[in-house]
Amino acid sequence: MNNIIASTALKARQLTDEEIHEIEHEKTHYPYAQAVGLEALKIVQKYQGWVSDESLLAVSEYLDIPPDDLEGVATFFNMIFRRPVGKNVILLCDSVACWMLGCDDLKAHITSVLGIEYGETTEDNLFTLIPVPCLGDCDRAPSMMVGRELYRNLTNEKIDQIIADYKAKA
Amino acid sequence: MSINNPLTKNIEKGRAPFTFAEYKAAGGYQSFANAIKMAPRDVMGQVKDAGLGGRGGAGFNTGLKWSFSPDPDGLPRYLVVNADEMEPGTFKDRLLMESDPHLLIEGMITASYAIQATTGYIFLRGEYTVAEENLLKAIAEAYDNGMLGKNIQGSDFSLDIYLHTSAGRYICGEETALINALEGKRANPRFKPPFPQVSGLWGRPTLVNNVETICNIPGILTYGVDWFKGLGLGDECGTRISGVSGRVKNPGCWEMPVGTTFRTLLEDYAGGMQDGYELKAFLPGGGSTDFLMPEHLDLPMIPGEVAKAGSRLGTSLIMVLDDKTCPVGTVRNLIKFFAHESCGWCTPCRDGLPWVEHILNKMEEGKGEMKDIEILKEMCGYMGPGNTFCALAPGAAEPLQSSLKYFMDEYESHVKHGCSYKSH
Ligand SMILES: Cc1cc2nc3c(=O)[nH]c(=O)nc-3n(C[C@H](O)[C@H](O)[C@H](O)COP(=O)(O)O)c2cc1C
Ligand code: SF4
Ligand code: FES
Repeated sequence: MNNIIASTALKARQLTDEEIHEIEHEKTHYPYAQAVGLEALKIVQKYQGWVSDESLLAVSEYLDIPPDDLEGVATFFNMIFRRPVGKNVILLCDSVACWMLGCDDLKAHITSVLGIEYGETTEDNLFTLIPVPCLGDCDRAPSMMVGRELYRNLTNEKIDQIIADYKAKA
Repeated sequence: MSINNPLTKNIEKGRAPFTFAEYKAAGGYQSFANAIKMAPRDVMGQVKDAGLGGRGGAGFNTGLKWSFSPDPDGLPRYLVVNADEMEPGTFKDRLLMESDPHLLIEGMITASYAIQATTGYIFLRGEYTVAEENLLKAIAEAYDNGMLGKNIQGSDFSLDIYLHTSAGRYICGEETALINALEGKRANPRFKPPFPQVSGLWGRPTLVNNVETICNIPGILTYGVDWFKGLGLGDECGTRISGVSGRVKNPGCWEMPVGTTFRTLLEDYAGGMQDGYELKAFLPGGGSTDFLMPEHLDLPMIPGEVAKAGSRLGTSLIMVLDDKTCPVGTVRNLIKFFAHESCGWCTPCRDGLPWVEHILNKMEEGKGEMKDIEILKEMCGYMGPGNTFCALAPGAAEPLQSSLKYFMDEYESHVKHGCSYKSH
């Protein structure tokens, strides 16, 4: 539903001043506007949580990149979300070092505590769970990120604490 | 010179990275002052003579790679630092960027002078948020102190450095895919030739180097070729970061002389295996290298020596497989990663990897057949060097083919009974 190629039947939304300001800053780093496509999608995602069709069209118009090209970029990258996600995205590493040290058990624990599988969002919209390839933290495996924060040497108890902390912040 | 750990001398666990002033006080930013007194080609020559091999996986002589770039023509040319670090089991560039960002910036400035680059980009994986913050701070400080921007230190040389953060895709680490990604395109690899040194970013000469490679440049241009050569063991030059993950007592990564053996790394640095676990095999340099066995531990970590044993040194961060972890499951996990990260351009990779994953999943559940083992062997051939557009699929085939060589009994037992290992 949400991951169809952006349809021209939809209207681009208005980019916010903050978004435009940051996109303009990125533009100074590259000789061509197309190069800013991914950065612009990341900026939009930072403010909106995800990249809706309306957002994708807005960036496409703003940078004058054909929507299909920009969609090609958006869908190529694991960390561009073309569907809504919860307030906090849990990125659980499921690559080899973390797997050897029990990430499948951690996944089962998160699923039992939050009631979500990979790709799902909790009903209160606080958490989305996504598997992520090796976080480059294998010497502290198992590892995960919540948003921009890294958590390492994980155990079920640590995960309970982390979830409680994010719930308290909400 | 007595410095023997040029890559990590400023790194202290738990302390914030050096500021510009602290870094400078510790002897930093001298290499540019030395380099600027030399012709750019002579700086390249010095790096070549030092015998520095690329630390991104292939190990090609860095100065030689630089020397393939054509003479400057007054138009833009680029240095791109490959900081994508997504090879499973690899965590060395993270340490360098988080803990001593000025070393990378200094290396980029001096390297850019050598190749006469006008702009430098750091292509950083998006998940490295601490590295992102520390690098942005270091870049800003370098501008404030006249080490970046127009006419650096009163010279004719000008350079801008920008940080690009990616959004998670392993193929972006392949240097031509990385260039496409920087241009804002889907990150499919490009046909070579032309090589990026001649025609790369926006069709201009571009050098792509690994983070650790560039972090070696300040030392070479500060203390000289003889010093650098003296750092290695025997005929080897320099130091490199090697590390261990898996069930060892003290996982981590450390700087050590080039030529150190796997055994020294595993036993002295990483403290050996955890109690109750034995070493069964190891991947010497990331998920895309062939397994080696305990009898290979006394090999020095040198590309040529590791190749003779049938594997690759790769990133020189080793992953140990212990006796209580399923080798077939380990390969299954790796293949799942490569299947997910395939860019989809060519058939053996796009279709072959999911097929291999499917077979390994069946074996896990005891639903495999003996003929599946033959199919796996065949797939290693289809995905091998020369049959695909880039090195991702051949890399993915390496742990598979070597596990078929060393652990055939495990595959057969999976076919007969499914996986008998406890948990995963
Ligand atoms: C699929 C794939 C992923 C790669 N990922 C990285 C990476 O994350 N970092 C890196 O430095 N090199 C990576 N490489 C190797 C680069 O293509 C290139 O050889 C390297 O950046 C050159 O730098 P060096 O000469 O300094 O080693 C990768 C290669 C392939 C085929
Ligand atoms: S080998 Fe795989 S990653 Fe490389 S070009 Fe082919 S499909 Fe893409
Ligand atoms: S395998 Fe999980 S951080 Fe590397």
